[in-house]
Amino acid sequence: MKIHEYQGKEILKRYGVPVPRGVACFSLDEVTAAADKLGGPVWVVKAQIHAGGRGKGGGVKLARSKDEVRAHASSILGMQLVTHQTGPQGQKVRRLLIEEGADISKELYVGMVVDRATQRVCLMASSEGGMDIEEVAAHTPERIHKVFVDPARGLVDAEADDVAVKIGVPAASVPQARAVLQGLYKAFWETDASLAEINPLILTGDGRVVALDAKMNFDSNALFRHPEIMELRDLDEEDPAEVEASKFDLSYIQLDGNIGCLVNGAGLAMATMDTIKLFGGEPANFLDVGGGATTEKVTEAFKLMLRSPKLRAILVNIFGGIMRCDVIAEGVVAASKAVGLKVPLVVRMKGTNEALGKQILADSGLPIISADTMAEAAERVVAAAKG
Amino acid sequence: MSILVNKHTRVVTQGITGKTGQFHTRACREYADGKNCFVAGVNPKKAGEDFEGVPIFASVRQAREKTGVNASVVYVPPAGAAAAIWEAVEADLDLVICITEGIPVRDMLDVRDRMRKEHRRTVLLGPNCPGVITPDEIKIGIMPGHIHRKGRIGVVSRSGTLTYEAVAQLTELGLGQSTAVGIGGDPVNGLKHVDILKLFNDDPDTDAVVMIGEIGGTDEETAAEWAKRHMKKPVVGFIAGVTAPPGKRMGHAGAIISGGKGTAQEKLAVMEACGIRTTKNPSEIGRLLKSVL
Repeated sequence: MKIHEYQGKEILKRYGVPVPRGVACFSLDEVTAAADKLGGPVWVVKAQIHAGGRGKGGGVKLARSKDEVRAHASSILGMQLVTHQTGPQGQKVRRLLIEEGADISKELYVGMVVDRATQRVCLMASSEGGMDIEEVAAHTPERIHKVFVDPARGLVDAEADDVAVKIGVPAASVPQARAVLQGLYKAFWETDASLAEINPLILTGDGRVVALDAKMNFDSNALFRHPEIMELRDLDEEDPAEVEASKFDLSYIQLDGNIGCLVNGAGLAMATMDTIKLFGGEPANFLDVGGGATTEKVTEAFKLMLRSPKLRAILVNIFGGIMRCDVIAEGVVAASKAVGLKVPLVVRMKGTNEALGKQILADSGLPIISADTMAEAAERVVAAAKG
Repeated sequence: MSILVNKHTRVVTQGITGKTGQFHTRACREYADGKNCFVAGVNPKKAGEDFEGVPIFASVRQAREKTGVNASVVYVPPAGAAAAIWEAVEADLDLVICITEGIPVRDMLDVRDRMRKEHRRTVLLGPNCPGVITPDEIKIGIMPGHIHRKGRIGVVSRSGTLTYEAVAQLTELGLGQSTAVGIGGDPVNGLKHVDILKLFNDDPDTDAVVMIGEIGGTDEETAAEWAKRHMKKPVVGFIAGVTAPPGKRMGHAGAIISGGKGTAQEKLAVMEACGIRTTKNPSEIGRLLKSVL
C-alpha cells in the first residue's frame, strides 16, 4: 500500500527524522491559512499524488509571495498531473502540501527495501540525490552505498556513520545523519514498510540534515497489525477496478489491451497473458481468481473486465485441480448469463472432470468457444478479438 | 529415490484443526502411502483429541517425541505462521513446508535470520507454496495428486497452477516425475531454485529438470549460473510474466519488476546463456523437455 509524501513525513517525524514544516491542504481555501501559518519568505507548493516524478511534471513549484502560493496552488490543485509513473492519462491532484522553503546546499539519496538474496533490509545511500536514482544505479553503481541490516541489532552507529561519510556528509553533521538513518530504519521496520525513500535528503547551508521528500510503501500482508497506517489509504489514488476487485478477493490489474483474461493462480495468469501476446494479442488485464472460482467471483470478474470499453474478447483459463471443471463450467455459464455477455468467450479447462465441464459449456446454448491447450485458447481468443 | 520426501517421511500437520488443514490432510492421507505418512497434528488447545484418527499434540516437539515425525506442513493463518515455522525448526525436524499465503515479510526476515544465526539444520520450503510431491509415495501440500505419475523428471517452480500445467503436460507425454517441488511466490522464502537443482543433480533417479520461474528477484539467474558450472542433467525452463508491466505486483508478493530488475526477458537470456533451453510458449514445456532427453 502506498501513502502520500505528507503522510510519510508525519511518520518519519515521529521517528526523529527532521522534515520541513508543512501543512496538507485539500482545498484552495486552506492554502492561504497554511501560507500564513508557515510564514515566509519562501514556500513550496507540492502536488500530493502517489506517483513519483512530480517535479518534472509541473507538480512542485516555488513561491516567493503568498499571492504566488495561491496562484500555484490553484493551477496545481485539480490538474491531471502526468509523470513517467502515471501513464499518459495522468493522475488528478486532490491534495497539496504547502511547505516552508529550504536552504539546500547538497542533495543526497537514501532508500530502504527488502533484499531477497540476503533476506535483510538493505539501506541504499548516494551522494547523487535529487535525480533519478535508477539512472545512478545503472550508470554509476559505485556511487550507491549499501548496508544489509542485521534484523536482531538494527542499524548500528558505526554502520550509519560510515554510510553518512561515504555520501559526503561533513563531520559536523554526521551525528544528525546517523539519527536520520537510524530513524528511517526504525520506521521501516516497525511499520512493516516494503519501501522507504528520501530523495532528496538535504544538507542545509547551516549544516542540518533534512528530509525534503518521503516515499513509503507498506507490506499489504502486515496491515492487519497497523490500523493507523491502514487509515492513510487513499482510494482516489488507486485504480477503481482494482479497488473493486479487492472487495471480492480477486487479484486484478488493469492493462492496455483488449483481451480480458480470468485465470486461477498468479503464475498461470501471467503465463496466459504471455501466451495471448505470443499469438499477437494484447491482454486487457491480469486476473487471478484464486482457489475458489465460484459463480459469484466469476460474475464479478466479468463485470470488472467489461468496464473497459476496449474489451473485445475474454479468455477463461482454469486448471481444475482441487476445484472441479464441472463446477467451474457451471459458474462460467451462470456468470455469462448474469452479465448478458456480448463479447466472444473462449474457455480452456484442464484437470478434474474436464469432459463433464466441456459438456456443460456445450449444452449451455451460449456461444462459448472451447479449447484444449493454452496455445489453442490464445489463438482462438486472438482471432475472436479481431473478428 | 527422489528428493526431500518419500514414503518413509513422517509428517505432522500444524494447523490441522482449521478448514484448510483438515481438507488437505484428508486429501494427503488418501494419496499413495499417505495414511502411514501423516501421523500427527498440532493444536495446543486440542491436545489429546484426534482428527480422523490422527492424534493431535500440544506442540511439534511433543508430536516428534511421540510419533517420530521428521517433517511438518504448516497451514496456520498468516499472523501465526512464522511462529509455527520456528516451532518446527526448534523441534529440529528435517523439513518444514509452509503452505500459508500472506505472511508479513518482516516475520519471515526474523525467522530466517534466527535459523541462520543458530545454525539450524531444518530446511524450509515456502511459504506461499503448493508443497512437494513424490508421485506414488507421498504428497505434502495442496497439489492435485492425480495429475502426477511416477517417473524420472524433476519439476521446480515458484507458482502452483502453472506447475500443475507443466506436470500435466509431462504426464500426457508419458514422462513421469521423480519429485515436483513448489518453492512459493514470496520474496523471503526457504529453498530456492538453485537448492532444488542441486538436489535433483545428486538424485540418481532424476534424469532431467523442468524449472519454472516468474518475474521478480534474481533466483532463476542464480540457479542458471550454478547449473552452467555444475549441472550434469538437462534443464529446460519457462518464465512467466513477459507481458507484466514494471512496478505492478502480479498476484504473488514476490512477482514484481522493480528498479529495472527481475524482468522475464533478462531471466530468459541468462538461462539460455547458461545452457538452459527455454520456451516462451507455456503449452510447449512438456515437449521441450522431451526434446532434450
